[in-house]
Order: sequence, then structure tokens, then C-alpha cells
Amino acid sequence: MRQMKSDQVVRQLRELYRRYGYNQYRMSKFEPYDLYVRNKSFLVSEDILTFTDADGRLMALKPDVTLSIVKNVREGDGLQKVYYSENVYRTSPMTRGFREIMQTGLECVGEIDLVAMGEVLLLAARSLETISGDYLLDVSHLGFVAGLLDSAEVPRDCRGALLKRMGEKNVAALGQLCRELGLDPEASQDLCRMTELYGPPQELLPELEEMIRGERMAGALAELRDVCALVPDGNLRLDFSVVNNMEYYNGFIFRGYLPGLPSGVLSGGRYDNLLHQMGRGDGAIGFAVYMNLLERLEDPGEDFDADLLLLYDDSTPAPAVIQEAERCRQAGQSVRVERAVPEGLSFQTVRKVG
Amino acid sequence: MMNIALPKGRLGEKVYQILEEAGYACPSIREENRKLVFENPETGVRYFWVKPSDVAIYVERAAADIGIAGRDILLEYQPEVYELADLGVGKCRMCVAGKKGARESRNQTLRVATKFPKIAKSYYSALSRDIDIIKLHGSIELAPLLGLSDVIVDIVETGKTLLENDLEVKETIVPISARLIANKVSYKFNHEEITRLCRRVDGYLNKEAVR
Repeated sequence: MRQMKSDQVVRQLRELYRRYGYNQYRMSKFEPYDLYVRNKSFLVSEDILTFTDADGRLMALKPDVTLSIVKNVREGDGLQKVYYSENVYRTSPMTRGFREIMQTGLECVGEIDLVAMGEVLLLAARSLETISGDYLLDVSHLGFVAGLLDSAEVPRDCRGALLKRMGEKNVAALGQLCRELGLDPEASQDLCRMTELYGPPQELLPELEEMIRGERMAGALAELRDVCALVPDGNLRLDFSVVNNMEYYNGFIFRGYLPGLPSGVLSGGRYDNLLHQMGRGDGAIGFAVYMNLLERLEDPGEDFDADLLLLYDDSTPAPAVIQEAERCRQAGQSVRVERAVPEGLSFQTVRKVG
Repeated sequence: MMNIALPKGRLGEKVYQILEEAGYACPSIREENRKLVFENPETGVRYFWVKPSDVAIYVERAAADIGIAGRDILLEYQPEVYELADLGVGKCRMCVAGKKGARESRNQTLRVATKFPKIAKSYYSALSRDIDIIKLHGSIELAPLLGLSDVIVDIVETGKTLLENDLEVKETIVPISARLIANKVSYKFNHEEITRLCRRVDGYLNKEAVR
């Protein structure tokens, strides 16, 4: 695997998005708290870091970038293609407490068609490829899952529990819950099978064809097939256990993974429902790369704090000390100048001036 | 090489036996020594013993590809992992227990002593009951005896400890057993190996069930 520092990756991703005609979108570190309260369920974690502005308004440090972008993009201006590289502030269930997380990603807002979807998925694949060639990109379609639940007439308030078990790939518990809810046995079986499936789209599509019940599922599967056909498929995997919040995400979704990292580094999809809730008629698709995870892939770095430690005392005039250090730096070494050996640091060579 | 986190103790030994029978043997694990990690290149597995409540953390953070954790731990910590199989061992139940015959009064905040604050909280919030959680780390049964709490939420296996201390089960919250869990990313990159392991374990358990 290619080793790269995360700031290098950010630079390369920006360059990649720029070449696809996306514009950088810069934003302020905070927004009025209202925005997040109104869309609380869109957020990954519900905790929001707030403070009071000079005029008494309650403000929040951004827990999310997408909301800020969508809010500010006008409807009916054709497609809006923007990318960003920003810090967000979230808690994670593992640590509690807030963390600053660096996110780089893009959003495409407007009338989303097959080309727009294909391009965003392709950019997701290229983004992962920038970091490692061994990536996996999981795709799913919430319309297909929701279509099955619709056809089996699953009540809305039970869907959360079913989706949770799908997310855990807990087929045994899923089957049991289906029985408890009295679902049609055939639909339950398909739901379990769907949860278990994992593999390249072209291998799994035939089996999924057989599960189609009604227009919604047929449409979703056709869309999934068409989008997947637009990107190189060696690293694509179908996984219906990828279930995002259905209140906001409505269609095609995807997640990116890299070997050696404990969780996904890229997450995205279609979120037309968010725009509908904001009173708009068009759609949107986008993704984010969690840059903070990437530091785990980096080399731990050099073994020394500097190549050379140059020691001096009052017997050497200052200009001579500076000049000698500069000479060594010009020869390619990193040089630290001190009166005594600093504690806790290590150097390849230590010597006196002169 | 597949990294497998086993819960230290009796349950872990039972689980290892299942894995051994399913074709993932590692003889060195049975040797008496203080080693922490055991490898068998032939079957492609590396086992290590960890504190049962830590298994989920090892798996969630991908230090282990798969692990075996009680459902109690999964419910309490809600780790981001796949739950692939119920091994059917380590069976017990999560219960509410209290002093024998004690009447439960609903006009007071219920004091609940437990090692599992999340499970207790979600159980009582579903009943719309206001409770005061007292988190303890062991000897939970002592709490109601000394008046520290009104009830306890804890794992009950045989009920013998309760019986000997004049306590009784008031309510069963959920049945517990050992689950095979996998890190989500490891599952994707080692899909074939992990599904093969699940299939073999399943096969062995079914054979045992018939016997």
C-alpha cells in the first residue's frame, strides 16, 4: 500500500474534484443552532457543541457539512457541484466527549440523473483509489429494501428494529423478529437472504431479480444495475445491510472501506428526502471521506527528532553557531541548536560546534 | 491469519471447543503457561484471551477479526459489529431481581443497582419508569440486602445465588447467550474465510443439536 500523509491525501482529493469541475465551498466554523435542531435526525450523532453569540443567539460548531451546503444552494440553477474540506465536531459512542473530525467530500445538488449518480460513485471510487488500490466500495439501494418492506406491509414503527438487525447482519434475530411481526414467510426469507448477501454486483444481481415484488423494487434494482455499470466493478460490492437513516436517504447509498482500518472511511448516497423536508423539489447526492481515520495508515515517521544536534557554549560567537547550522541544513540535514542535550528527544548525531 | 478474541473463563473454553470441533484447532492453547496469544498456521487462526467485557472492543477496533461475546455485552455497549451467529452456549437471562416478597411501590423513584446501566435504563424507560441507577462492578446481589437499592438488574444463570440470599427474579428482561461477532471491515476483506467459519460452526452446532 502506498503510504501517504493525510494532508497529502487532502491535496490530491481536492485536485481530483477540481478536475471533475467541482468548486470548493468554504464555510464558517459555526451555524445557528436552529439548523441542526430542525434536522436532528439527519446527524450522525445527536450531540451538538453550542455557545452563545455576541448578540445572544445560540450557535453551534458544525456537526455536519451537508446541511450547511444544501441550505445555501439555490433551487433551479442547474446542478450545483461543490467540494469541501472542513472540520466537524461530533461525539462518538466509544469516547463520549467531542472530537474534531476532518472531512473532505462533495455534494451534487439539483435534478439528479444517471450521469450525475454515476459520476459521484466514480469520484468515490477514485477518492479511495487515491489512498489505496485495495479499497472496497459497498453499494446498496434503500428503495429496494423499503420496497420489500412495503410489499410485506411492515408497519412503519417496526421498521427501525428490522433495519437495525439488518445492519448487524444478524440473520437469526431478523428471522425471529419477522416471525413475531407475522410477516409473510416468503418476504421474511428474502429479507434474511438480502441481509446475508455480500459480493460483486454482477454475481448477485440475478438472485436479486427473483426477489422483485412491485414497481418500487424493480425501479431500485434497475437503477442500482445502471449506476454500477458506470464504474469499474472490480472493487464494488453489493451489501444491503448498509442501511442509513431512511428519513433522509432515499435511494442509492454507498460506503467505502480500506484494509487496515477498523471502520468505513467514506460514506454517501442520495438524500432527496432532506431537500423535500426543506421544501424543495429536487434531489442531491454526495459523500464524505473521514480524514481523521487515515492517520492510522501513515508511517509512524522517522526515528529521530532531528538528524543533528549542534551544541554550543559561550566560547563560540553567535554568528559562527548560526552559520555552521545553516551549512549543515544546506547539506540536507535537519539541525537543532541547543546549549545542552534536551531531555526525551533523540538525534542521529550529537556534536559540538566547530 | 484470522485473529479471534475469546472471553477468558469457562465460557471461552466451551467456545474454543466448538471452534476446535469446527476445524479451527490450536493445540498450544491447552498448554499450561502464561502466554496470551496462540497461533496455528495450519488452520490459519490466532487466538487470544481477553476479559469478556472487552471482546467487543477488540473486535470493533479490528484488533480481532472475530470474537465471542455474550449478548449482555452487546446490548450494553452497542458496538458497531456484525452479529453472525448464536452459539447457544453460556445461556442465561438478564433479570430484574429483588427481595423475596417485597412489594414494588410505584410512587417512589426505583433504585436499581446493576453492572448494566444501559440495559436497565432502556428497560425501565420503555415502561416509562423513573429510576435511579447505581452502577456497581460486582456482588450486585448485596445491594438490595443492605438497602442500597430496591432491585438489581443482573445476569441469572441458575438462580442459586439469589435463592441463598433470599432474593427472587421479578422479571426477565431478555435471554442471553454467546454470539459470534465480526469486525465490519474485516468481514468485507475476509468475506470468504469468515463465512466459511460461520458455516462450519453452524454445521457443528446443528450436528450436536441432533445428537
